[in-house]
Amino acid sequence: MVLTTTEFDTIAAISTPPGEGGISIVRISGEEAVDVAKKIYRGKNLDKVASNTINYGHIVDPSTDEEIDEVMLSVMRAPHTYTKEDIIEINCHGGIVATNRILQLVLSNGARMAEPGEFTKRAFLNGRIDLSQSEAVMDLIEAKTDRSMQAAISQLDGNLSHLIKHLRKDILDVLAQVEVNIDYPEYDDVETMTSNLLREKANDVHSRIVQLLATAKQGKILRDGLATSIIGRPNVGKSSLLNNLLHEDKAIVTDVPGTTRDVLEEYVNVRGVPLKLVDTAGIRDTTDKVEKIGVDRSRKAINSADLVLLVLNASEPLTDEDKELLAATKAKQRIIVLNKTDLPNKVDLGEIKRLAKSKNVISTSAIKANGLTHLESLIAEMFFNEGIESSQNDVMVTNARHIGLLNQAKSALEDVLKGLDEGMPVDLVQIDMTRCWDFLGEITGDSYQDELIDQLFSQFCLGK
Amino acid sequence: MKSLRVSDVKQKYRGEDYDVIVVGAGHAGCESALAAARMGNKTLLITINLDMVAFMPCNPSVGGPAKGTVVREVDALGGEMGHNIDKTYIQMRMLNTGKGPAVQALRAQADKHAYHAEMKHTIEKEPNLTLRQGIVDDLIVEDGICKGVITNTGARYQAKAVVVSTGTAARGKIIIGELMYASGPNNSQPAEKLTPNLEKLGFDLERFKTGTPPRVDGTTIDYAKTEEQPGDEKPHHFSFETPDKDYLAVKDQLSCWLTYTNETTHKIIRENLDRAPMFTGVIEGVGPRYCPSIEDKIVRFADKKRHQLFLEPEGKNTEEWYVDGLSTSMPEEVQQKMLHTVAGLEHAQMMRPGYAIEYDVVAPYQLKPTLETKIVKNLFTAGQTNGTSGYEEAAGQGIIAGINAGRRALGKGPFVLKRNEAYIGVMIDDLVTKGTKEPYRLLTSRAEYRLLLRTDNADMRLTEKGHDIGLISDKRYAKFLIKKQAIEDEIDRLNKIRIKPSDEVNTFVQEHGDKPLQDGVIAAVFLRRPYVNYETLLRFIPKSDTSLDRRVIEQVEIQTKYAGYIAKAESSVEKMKRMEAKKIPERIDYEAIDGIATEARQKLQKIHPETIAQATRISGVNPADIAILSVYIQEGKITKLAQ
Repeated sequence: MVLTTTEFDTIAAISTPPGEGGISIVRISGEEAVDVAKKIYRGKNLDKVASNTINYGHIVDPSTDEEIDEVMLSVMRAPHTYTKEDIIEINCHGGIVATNRILQLVLSNGARMAEPGEFTKRAFLNGRIDLSQSEAVMDLIEAKTDRSMQAAISQLDGNLSHLIKHLRKDILDVLAQVEVNIDYPEYDDVETMTSNLLREKANDVHSRIVQLLATAKQGKILRDGLATSIIGRPNVGKSSLLNNLLHEDKAIVTDVPGTTRDVLEEYVNVRGVPLKLVDTAGIRDTTDKVEKIGVDRSRKAINSADLVLLVLNASEPLTDEDKELLAATKAKQRIIVLNKTDLPNKVDLGEIKRLAKSKNVISTSAIKANGLTHLESLIAEMFFNEGIESSQNDVMVTNARHIGLLNQAKSALEDVLKGLDEGMPVDLVQIDMTRCWDFLGEITGDSYQDELIDQLFSQFCLGK
Repeated sequence: MKSLRVSDVKQKYRGEDYDVIVVGAGHAGCESALAAARMGNKTLLITINLDMVAFMPCNPSVGGPAKGTVVREVDALGGEMGHNIDKTYIQMRMLNTGKGPAVQALRAQADKHAYHAEMKHTIEKEPNLTLRQGIVDDLIVEDGICKGVITNTGARYQAKAVVVSTGTAARGKIIIGELMYASGPNNSQPAEKLTPNLEKLGFDLERFKTGTPPRVDGTTIDYAKTEEQPGDEKPHHFSFETPDKDYLAVKDQLSCWLTYTNETTHKIIRENLDRAPMFTGVIEGVGPRYCPSIEDKIVRFADKKRHQLFLEPEGKNTEEWYVDGLSTSMPEEVQQKMLHTVAGLEHAQMMRPGYAIEYDVVAPYQLKPTLETKIVKNLFTAGQTNGTSGYEEAAGQGIIAGINAGRRALGKGPFVLKRNEAYIGVMIDDLVTKGTKEPYRLLTSRAEYRLLLRTDNADMRLTEKGHDIGLISDKRYAKFLIKKQAIEDEIDRLNKIRIKPSDEVNTFVQEHGDKPLQDGVIAAVFLRRPYVNYETLLRFIPKSDTSLDRRVIEQVEIQTKYAGYIAKAESSVEKMKRMEAKKIPERIDYEAIDGIATEARQKLQKIHPETIAQATRISGVNPADIAILSVYIQEGKITKLAQ
């Protein structure tokens, strides 16, 4: 293989997403990482500080002696780093302008701008991370909010890999025991794997996978955004609600390539939940005098949504159309937004609650941004109150491929239990246990029969 | 170590010409030679000592998990091992009878002398086959094509194909404590020149080690202190052709006896570890993990208080007993002391000490799935030469090498068994794809389609192939077809009969804690219930018109009861077949493919897998590499490259 010189370059990039976050990190990786940092850092002697330390100091432009930012600078020496190369991370708090200046300084003092995913590529090529971890990095690059970042990061740390490896280890122990019973039937020193024992183990692994999958729904939302439709009859205040949600500083506006202008998707970060607002163009069109949205169009918007924000006008009595929309959204996760509460109230809150059979009713005056806070916290609560953060030590499954494999592993375990119920012999039921093991192995990228053989010989003293 | 051979023959002479020559008459060589000869090839089988044809230098037993299935596979392909053990066993046992059908395993204790004599006689009687004593020193190789062999007596034999199966004789070295000498198995003459000459041809050799326990005089064993392990009453055979009436009554079989090592045994071993060649660095060869020496067990599993020892008779006309579990290369006097600490062996007289033996192995990644070498055309290798261990593994490779050498001589195409067709296929694919770092033993856990590769259906899987090759007679094939038809008919019948919810049936199901039947149930479906077998089923349905053989009933039962799992296994075979269908061109240049990890690239270059499926089985080749490789092939870049 021909190695091009760029493979040995020291690379740098801002490794936090652009925006208003408190701290931004400029990361440098490569043989010259420390040398580059030394040129622009005033503080301890970086040649002498220990690996994996964080050091207080300042970034200074060497050509003008101007102080750019107060920083914490981490030194991580090869090979025990993400890329297996020397890594410097500069934690700066000076906002986007200062961060960009620091990056410029780094680039003008010996580093090259990293290509997208290049840190990961190095980590992967240097054998530092496995398949599931490198996929997490791809998700990380695409992650849209801070909380998404966290989910991606904790997976990247190997939390998911670690968890999966744990599950596989437990299954392997079971399999090895079954195998020893078969291949060494006269070997007396190993417990016979009975149906009951196998059932116990299968149930245990099953419940752990179910727990992990429970995070998958939230995980997918964090990655792809929660499809949200704002619906309501004309002139109830949909667009003012939309505009209030789309605070300039929070909005991430994306043009989806290959689609027409009017299926514009807009993302908004609500307390860490990325909302993907569907059909916002349709809402904005309401300024047209002839509004043809009607219930039909609303239905489409309802069907494609994970969350429906149904807007009602509090200053007018409920119309038939309102009631129709209430019925149409009955099966959905929804929040009823009673708008225009600054005007005299004409609706019966009790009637709405009764019709809606829901406590998720919010009063707001979009114009005064009254109640918006309440709405935001309700959205966050609806998606984070199911104990996501307390389960599985913050591990969330966010990757569609992982979710698919976990589901397959789960159904293989269900086959194990079914087989046991039908009185099938352990060595047959074990076929499904092995399938479960293989599915989990596909997540981390290792599925080799050899592991089992190694386990057999290291765990048991085998003779005849 | 210098050879003691004081003079070599200077003058060569031209021997007879053959179609196929097989070097070494162990368990691999015998199958190779018989297969080639029976296919119509004029065949020569050369071995160092005619009194050691099909000799059992280690365990006097044949079969066991996976291995027993291989014996039946060899039998279904028209091989000899099954017949030979059925004629010479002294005990027969079906193992794992409490488990599912996929893992039941037949094992026989052999009369080792009778086994050897019977096989030798079979070979002598074979019309196309010549058995001759001799040592092959070198191969005749011209332009990368093997054309014959040269013996130490100066004979040059020409042949269209050659099989090398020299076992542990290949530069064999026996080690007993501080004693070390050049030797083949059981103090036979080693073959000192052949493997160095293979190395000169460019072959990569490895050095492996195996061992055997001491033998003791049975008249000095106190059996009362041990536990008897008798044979089975119910008849079983390895060969399809052996009738039940030939089965030995239990009283005519010999028992094995179980005893244990103890703390005193272990203490003696520990105190003498400085004299154990395993740990002093004397032994360079890599030994097997699954069959460790007793000193290895004591060191690796230090907390185990005792280890099982099986005392096995070596034959009917001998008092020599094999102490299974006590494989060792400790000095002779330490072996004596160890034996005397064991219950039942306090006064045992050791007849032969255990020993370790080191030998040359041809690293098996240099082989094609036909067992032909990649470097030298028309040269095949089999058995321990390829890094395996065990008589059955040897026989399984022997018959494949013999068939392919025979077909080459006849100008016919290759014969390969796939992983879903036979344990033999699993073994050879493992060897040529992954290689092996230790003597390779077949285990049921090596097979991903274990349920399809059962010991009960080896004939169903392979008889037709054996017949096509020409090793299964028309007469036997006809008999097989009758069995097959009977199975199909009976399964068909069971799927048509409906059992009515009579009082009799409902009493029966309720006795087994099941709910009474409301409606009728198809007999085949009823048979799937765990507490129902064919025999109990017959209480509720009419008997079949013809009386069914127990082997037919066995198939009906298994194919019905486990149909769900069998279907599942078959569907994953289909998946594998799709990957097998993705061929990798022989002339692929792995250097030209961007993005494949270095380790994977090296492995792919070394092994040159024939299909994508085979590539996935190479350790160190990751899914990402496979993806890149697949894309590369799909993009048609290979075709461009080959132009």
